[in-house]
Amino acid sequence: MVPIAHVIGLSALLFMIGVAGVATRRNLIVVLMSIELMLNAANLAFVGFNRMWAGVGAAHRFDGQVFVLMVVTVAAAEVAVGLGIVIAMFRNRDSVNLEDVSLLKW
Amino acid sequence: MTTPQILFYAFAALAVASALGMLLNLRNAVAAAMSLVVTMVSLAGIYVLLEAHLVAAIQIMVYAGAIVVLFLFVVMLLNLRADEFSPGRQWLTKGAALLVVTASGAHLVRLLSADLPEPGPPPPGFGGYAQLGVSLFTDYVLLVEMASLVLLAAIVGAVILAKRKID
Repeated sequence: MVPIAHVIGLSALLFMIGVAGVATRRNLIVVLMSIELMLNAANLAFVGFNRMWAGVGAAHRFDGQVFVLMVVTVAAAEVAVGLGIVIAMFRNRDSVNLEDVSLLKW
Repeated sequence: MTTPQILFYAFAALAVASALGMLLNLRNAVAAAMSLVVTMVSLAGIYVLLEAHLVAAIQIMVYAGAIVVLFLFVVMLLNLRADEFSPGRQWLTKGAALLVVTASGAHLVRLLSADLPEPGPPPPGFGGYAQLGVSLFTDYVLLVEMASLVLLAAIVGAVILAKRKID
C-alpha cells in the first residue's frame, strides 16, 4: 500500500519546485511550464486524498478524480491561451523575456 | 517494503529529479519540455499505484501527448536565441525568492506529511471509467458543460491571439 502521507509530501515538493520556477525564471515559456507543474502537484494531492477516503463513505467516492479531470481541462485551456500570448508577445517584442514586458509592473 | 512502495518511491524520485531538471535547465527550452514529459509520465505511474487508472490514462494523453507537444511546437516555432535562457542580473532578488520558497516548502512538507490514516482496500470498480463516467454525467453534469464552455472560449482566444493581423 502506498503511504498517503508521502504522496502529499511529494505533492508539496513538486508545488514548491513550480513556485521556485515562477519566482526565479524569466523565460515566459518556462514560467508557463512551472505553472503546469503546480497544477499537477494539486492533481496529485486530489488523487491521493481520494484514495485515502475510498471505501469510507458510500456516496461521492470519485469527487477527487472528477476534480482532477476539471483541472486538466482548465490547464489545457490555460496553456492554449498562454502560448497564444507568448506568440503575440514574440511577434511584437521579438523576445519572450518577462523583463521586456514591464509596463504593468510597479 | 512491498513492490508498490518501491515503485512509488522510484516514480517519486524520478518526478522530483525531472522537475528540478526543468527548473535548473537554463539553456535549452526543448530539454526543459522533455523533463516535463518525464515528470508527467512518472505522475501517471503514481496515479496507477493509487488505483486511479482513468486519471492516469488521461494524464498521459492530455499532458504528455497534447500540452507538452504544444510547448514544443511553440519553442520550435519561435526559434529563440540561446541568450534568452541565461539567468538575469537580479541574483539578489532571485536568491531571496529561492530562500523563502525553500523554507516554506520544507515547512509545508513537514506539515502535510503528518499522520494520515492508511487507506483500506479500494471498493470494486474504483478508478475505472464506468463509475467515473456515471459520476461525471449525473452529479457533475453542470461542471462538464462549464468545462466545454471554457474549452470553447480558450479555442477562440488562442486563435485570436495567435492571428497575424486582427481585422
